Amino acid sequence: MRFSRLLSTLLISYGAWFADSSLLALPKTLVYCSEGSPSSFNPQVATDGATFNVTRHIYDKLVQFKHGSTEIEPGLATRWDISADGLIYTFHLRDGVQFHETAYFKPSRTLNADDVLFSFNRQRLKDHPYYMVGGGTYEYFSSMDMPNIIRDIRKVDDHTVQFVLHKAEAPFLADLAMDYASILSAEYADQLLKSKRADYIDIEPVGTGPFFFRSYQKDQLVRLYRHPNYWRAPAKLERLVFSITQEPTVRYQKLKTAECHFATEPAPQDIQAMAAHPALKVMEQAGLNVGYLSFNVKKKPFDNVLVRQAIHLALNRQAYINAVYLKNATVAKNPIPPTIWSYNDAVKDYPYDVAQAKELLTKAGYPNGFSTTLWTLPVSRPYNPNGKKMGEMMQADLAKIGIQAKLVTFDWPTYLKKAKEGEHEMLQMGWTGDNGDPDNFLNVLLGCAAISGGSNYSGWCNKEFNALIDKARQLSKQSERAKLYEEAQVVFKREAPWVTLAHSKVYRAMRKNVVGYKIDPFGGDSFYEVDLVDSQGDRS
Amino acid sequence: MIKVLLRKLLLLIPTFIGVSFLAFILIRLVPGDPVMMMLGEKGVSKEIYAQMQANLGLDQPFYVQYFKYIGHVFQGDFGTSIVSNRPVLEEFWDRFPATLELGVVAMILAVVVGIPLGVIAALRRNTWLDYGLMGTSLVGYSMPIFWWGLILIMVFSVNLEWTPVAGRVNAMYEIQPITGFMLIDSLWSEEGLTAWFSALRHIALPAIALGTIPLAVIARMTRSSLLEVFSEDYIRSLRARGLQPWRVTLVHALRNAFIPVMVVIGLTFGSIITGAILTESIFSWPGIGKWLLHSVTSRDYPVIQGGVLLIAGLVVLVNFIVDVVNTMINPKLRDVRS
Repeated sequence: MRFSRLLSTLLISYGAWFADSSLLALPKTLVYCSEGSPSSFNPQVATDGATFNVTRHIYDKLVQFKHGSTEIEPGLATRWDISADGLIYTFHLRDGVQFHETAYFKPSRTLNADDVLFSFNRQRLKDHPYYMVGGGTYEYFSSMDMPNIIRDIRKVDDHTVQFVLHKAEAPFLADLAMDYASILSAEYADQLLKSKRADYIDIEPVGTGPFFFRSYQKDQLVRLYRHPNYWRAPAKLERLVFSITQEPTVRYQKLKTAECHFATEPAPQDIQAMAAHPALKVMEQAGLNVGYLSFNVKKKPFDNVLVRQAIHLALNRQAYINAVYLKNATVAKNPIPPTIWSYNDAVKDYPYDVAQAKELLTKAGYPNGFSTTLWTLPVSRPYNPNGKKMGEMMQADLAKIGIQAKLVTFDWPTYLKKAKEGEHEMLQMGWTGDNGDPDNFLNVLLGCAAISGGSNYSGWCNKEFNALIDKARQLSKQSERAKLYEEAQVVFKREAPWVTLAHSKVYRAMRKNVVGYKIDPFGGDSFYEVDLVDSQGDRS
Repeated sequence: MIKVLLRKLLLLIPTFIGVSFLAFILIRLVPGDPVMMMLGEKGVSKEIYAQMQANLGLDQPFYVQYFKYIGHVFQGDFGTSIVSNRPVLEEFWDRFPATLELGVVAMILAVVVGIPLGVIAALRRNTWLDYGLMGTSLVGYSMPIFWWGLILIMVFSVNLEWTPVAGRVNAMYEIQPITGFMLIDSLWSEEGLTAWFSALRHIALPAIALGTIPLAVIARMTRSSLLEVFSEDYIRSLRARGLQPWRVTLVHALRNAFIPVMVVIGLTFGSIITGAILTESIFSWPGIGKWLLHSVTSRDYPVIQGGVLLIAGLVVLVNFIVDVVNTMINPKLRDVRS
């Protein structure tokens, strides 16, 4: 008798150990295996994708990118007018937009112009009561050059806001669709200020987005609940859980055992096995990125365009795509990816041609080559998953034309610091776009002004190129801008300050019952339009 | 005895100053700073860069930064994390229960398994069982946590799929942090026992990985200490009087053999905390170890300094308590010192 009771207890325990069977009764919850802990719950003070992936569900912006595209559509502003000189942007706000009602805040009014003013002035005005809350560093706002672009923001009436600019800035609308331009509640901010808890604005967020904040367990989970009064149709998911899992291989394991429904950024080597798994599916899309090899044109012999061209010819980039990216990328010929408008497909790329490379090198005065250093990326980035391996292949390619390249690397912070100070000769680098505008690549990475900022790693300042992109920045018609950018790409290719290496594809893996997901070209994840279907037979 | 304790307490102050200075200087010797990490591939003008540095107080000379920091620490202010903008102490306490839970479970495992193994080995001295147990414990002792943890994951999580690979509990369960111990809090959740089993499955492998070395140490210590006691005259006379062997071992010998084992248990607790840093990064366990590791890669100076100082404080404190307890229970030590 006693034995059988013991046995049955054991059997029950055994069952409980292996099956989380009661999960089926829970509200419709999607568990998203995300890549890191958010550094904040306010996108204004953050720079990391892990934060934006959370806040994107909590906040809205005046204008937004269409789901899964780089196109701009109305957000909290229903429409906008731009003055003929491109200096005044007038936004008309949507009526009846409700803020989140949470355990810590009950809104008494809907969205109005004060919320817009608060959200921007906090980042803009040094005497604003919220400016120093959270350290006073608004890195995205600064790095998009907003302090030098926005002259003033005016409230015309409760539902109309005017942005007055110092100079015409064609990418301005796209800039406002970025995460740092999220709209917060001014009423909530006032309440916090009165109760001397101002810093909670970045910890317990209140927005207008499709989900509201429920709880955060550090380095473990972020829990969001559906916003029932969202100004668009309410989200299909009732709850959204971010299960913070830094290692891509661990995310894959959790996906297999149904501990999460969705895994971000799978490791390249796992993609085939994932696609073959009966319960999983994999989505892919061309990424908004470029991986490149930057020449420091301020150092000899890279100041010589013939040397740069010779190296471009000598590198077998297709081989890198096969071995380093495991074919999950395409060879790049322009500094912007093909998904961005104004991509110039007529540009002629340098083929892989060792003989011609040698010829050019001889012409440049280096018949026997030379010795130099090649810096290899110490971390796996979306635009280059394995810098070291690629560096070894490049080293072998360069040896064929007599160039002895020593491979150098540092840990990531050191690498960035030394590269920004121009200590390198050849450098592996890359970029993922912020707002889908060509200016965000061509100006940010290759403009003369970006040299002092440190993101023009080549130190390349070409008058012809710079004039073209400067002019394009001030025009507002996309077709006119595109022409100038196309021309700029021709100049870039001729002068070869970089070897354009690859545009890598972006992957997402999920369980088969996740539907409606679209890959965001900017690399983030958004679940507003996602649904879970038929979870029978799935332990989730 | 109070004098002895006071002297020991005073000695802790230079220890802390040394630790704080090392943590402070070492992280600054490595190139790259927090602003650099925030920017990543991006660039900003020199003025904005300098302003961002000034906002973080990084523009001041090194010694000014250090003395300011020490001044704040003495007032109980460990600074503010650059990444999260929250007080370091608050961030520490939010994560510490996870580390403590892992440490306690690992320790329980080590004691509950280690002591009986040591007793068995001592009783079967110089038999194949003794050699087998002690050989295995030597292997356990020498195994790097990193490697051992990965092997456990490979076998039990990936191949057999018995246990999850990472985390503390299935993310579906909404568990309110009451004690911070998942094995306790989960019992209060709506799902009750199911959530508890989920938490148990999650902690099993990390606790085994972390508990293996202390387990081996405890088993070996129990064996040798017990053997030493067995050779004492009073044990011989107990045996001569015809007492049952289990009574001699469990009641009379083990009690005396336990004193050195207790000391070892206390001292290994320090190594459990440091071992937790490795274990946590392998099993994605959201405790202070993982937090510290992340703060190094993001150059979050205040977290690194504060975290190292707090951990050092904890280890020193545990050692101190062990010392005190040891002085109290061991008449020999007590007599000499007073």
